[in-house]
Amino acid sequence: MTDMLSDNETQGATDLFSKFDPLIEMRRDLLSTGVTDPFGLVMEKVISPTVAMCNGRETILLGTYNYMGMTFDPDVIAAGKQALDDFGAGTTGSRVLNGTYAGHKAVEEALCDFYDMKHAMVFSTGYQANLGIISTIAGKGDYIILDIDSHASIWDGCKMGDAEVVPFKHNDIEAMEKRLRRIPEGAGKLVVLEGVYSMLGDIAPLKEMIAVAKKYGAMVLVDEAHSMGFIGPNGRGVAEDQGCLDDVDFVIGTFSKSVGTVGGFCVSNHPKFEIMRLVCRPYVFTASLPPSVVATATTSIRKLMTASEKRAHLWESSRTLHKGLTHAGFQLGTEEPQSAIIAVIMPDLERGAMMWEALLHEGLYVNLARPPATPANMTLLRCSLCAEHSAEQVQQIIGMFTRAGKTAGILA
Amino acid sequence: MDRAETSARIAALIEPFNKKGVEITDATRFTDDLEFDSLTVMDFVAEIEDGFDIIISMNQQAEIENYGQLVDAVVKLQG
Repeated sequence: MTDMLSDNETQGATDLFSKFDPLIEMRRDLLSTGVTDPFGLVMEKVISPTVAMCNGRETILLGTYNYMGMTFDPDVIAAGKQALDDFGAGTTGSRVLNGTYAGHKAVEEALCDFYDMKHAMVFSTGYQANLGIISTIAGKGDYIILDIDSHASIWDGCKMGDAEVVPFKHNDIEAMEKRLRRIPEGAGKLVVLEGVYSMLGDIAPLKEMIAVAKKYGAMVLVDEAHSMGFIGPNGRGVAEDQGCLDDVDFVIGTFSKSVGTVGGFCVSNHPKFEIMRLVCRPYVFTASLPPSVVATATTSIRKLMTASEKRAHLWESSRTLHKGLTHAGFQLGTEEPQSAIIAVIMPDLERGAMMWEALLHEGLYVNLARPPATPANMTLLRCSLCAEHSAEQVQQIIGMFTRAGKTAGILA
Repeated sequence: MDRAETSARIAALIEPFNKKGVEITDATRFTDDLEFDSLTVMDFVAEIEDGFDIIISMNQQAEIENYGQLVDAVVKLQG
């Protein structure tokens, strides 16, 4: 042990934070232009699913994923208040110990009814649902074949597990098939897809992709976070809409979008699915959702089963906004509206941030999305519509975009 | 296919991605010398995979930093 330092010696310290210097510098450069921090917005008061007070200004919300506007539904709120009174503020425990209440079983039943599937498992967040299911079912020697534009929670699930990870070009059926074909015979295969990709709001050709996956004997997991409640005749998502839900082995979803609260889930018809409750670490080693949250989720999910009028109105708003923004001269992420997400493509981060701020001054909140979260290093202003946006609000939004586009020099 | 032949084929595939005409040796690093970003890496890996009809998983990619390591990996993956 001759290389130990003596009492009067010290080694130079390496700052573990120095790896973040490029990002710190990028933020400093952006904020030095005087632009409001797009990642530091505070909502002082939330008036409805579509309106909040931001910086003392009444602001239309167009970037909240609150697709079905369930956050202020009176039945949903009443259920939450009742559960707070009856079951308390939290469970203080894991689902497999003291953290399963009647409400947790009730919300899983509601999910089984909603998807018409045999099993449902509820996680504390959608992120954990992907993290847990993917890392647990695909193990050493197995292969995960996934779309390169997959959500961070899918990538992190891959990273946490021991499977070989093989990405393919976004929505490219041929690229996916080539990779499936090259996997050694006998290896377990999991194909991971999303119904709606949240950055550009485009959907996947699930019917064709799942048919190919099945041809090569792969199991299929589809993340329907951005389609639940809204796409498909019963709001079950893109797979339902394309008539291939029966071929999906695992559907991943979230309560933090259309359902209007927080939490994540996996539904499946796999006969051995229940064993996941014992082997899935992000399910076991965390506290379960508070009783009020599962009660609001149950009520909301059951109401979404019959929300066809709201679905129709949301589609109408999506078409109107897409058409209005295209007509105004903006470049959008998809040629036709494919979901409740409309992505407006910005020339670069600086002008994207300027445009974002100009919209905020107009009284409109959208998401500023930037690399590395975005495909092809794009800067996007991502709009997500809500079924509670009125036709009048949608027209107001188009007007705000047009004015802000001129202010920020995006439109001629 | 032996190492020299594999190397020659990879050298041909790398050409369109080598925008600055950097001289390629076994020590040439993809990120630092060729300045590949994550999108370029994806396209380049797909070219190699299709060219040799192999899979280079993300796990294997993490171990490959320079040209020589890529050639060795492709030789191995061809079996």
